Amino acid sequence: MSDAVTYVYAVTRGADEATVAGLVGVGGGPVRLVASGPLQAVVGDVDREEFEARALEERLEDLEWLAATARAHHHVVDAVGRVHVVAPLSLATVYYGDDRVREVLEQGGETFRAVLDRLTGRAEWGVKAYARDRPVAPAGGSGGDRPRSGAEYLRRRRRELREGDLTLEEAQQAAEEVHAAVGALAEATRTHRLQDPALTGSTERMVLNGAYLVPVEAVGDLEALVASLAEHPRLRVELTGPWVPYSFAQVDVS
Amino acid sequence: MSDDGGLERRSTSLFGDQEVALVDLLDRLLAGGVVLTGDITISLAGVDLVRVSLRALITSIAPVERPSAAEARTVASSVDRPQLGSRHG
Repeated sequence: MSDAVTYVYAVTRGADEATVAGLVGVGGGPVRLVASGPLQAVVGDVDREEFEARALEERLEDLEWLAATARAHHHVVDAVGRVHVVAPLSLATVYYGDDRVREVLEQGGETFRAVLDRLTGRAEWGVKAYARDRPVAPAGGSGGDRPRSGAEYLRRRRRELREGDLTLEEAQQAAEEVHAAVGALAEATRTHRLQDPALTGSTERMVLNGAYLVPVEAVGDLEALVASLAEHPRLRVELTGPWVPYSFAQVDVS
Repeated sequence: MSDDGGLERRSTSLFGDQEVALVDLLDRLLAGGVVLTGDITISLAGVDLVRVSLRALITSIAPVERPSAAEARTVASSVDRPQLGSRHG
């Protein structure tokens, strides 16, 4: 490594070197702590040239790099988050050295403490819902009875599209109800962008991509609620989690 | 191909990062976390995952013919890819 800079994963409290021993971080390097008062930053060295080169790109569109960095970032934050409350930092936060990190910890100390207090005893859960495809006649071509004329084909196609719209609308309404019901168990909610079918690999349209900050004591209720939706006529509902509270650590300390 | 309930059910990820879908992770990492102004700033806020994944997909297609954007879109939605980025394992 020619020249190293300090990559910051998260801010936590109560952690010691044993918490991060053996963890492999971004770029394959080890993970360590930078402490300031009661707070610790979870950090590791990364290659300065690489990050400076990435920074020059107007927008990062290198999926390989993004995926590897996201996985490594998550691996570290998640491992620490199992044992201690963490305020995860946004992806790719880099400082010139540990002294700079210590400075940031000191300056943002109060904010970090407030964020950690807010997140203690809570975890993030994800609820995604997809509009179920209503079984419709194949739109010509793929077997079944073929339309006898172009006009008939168009008639069928229009009907299918209309039914499709209806199904989607009903699913969107149902998704709002699910969001409200899950939200009632949560202390905070956030909705992420609906994932494109190109990303989900599913033909079903996503109608809800929610994140919920749920107190540990309400997790049983959450799981029971989602289980009760398994046979929902309009929606297919997925639960993911517990996540470290990425979606709820969003404060701007800059 | 998509009967009700017949699709794969993504397992609930209990802190095991192998089971976390990259797309779910990126939702959170690109739009969440404490925002600090680092000394080196990499621009991630505007990353369009659909475009990124399409590009990755296009470059992964055998270089016999370069598909047009429309074809690439068809490929992207019809290819069975439970999550992006699994291409290189």
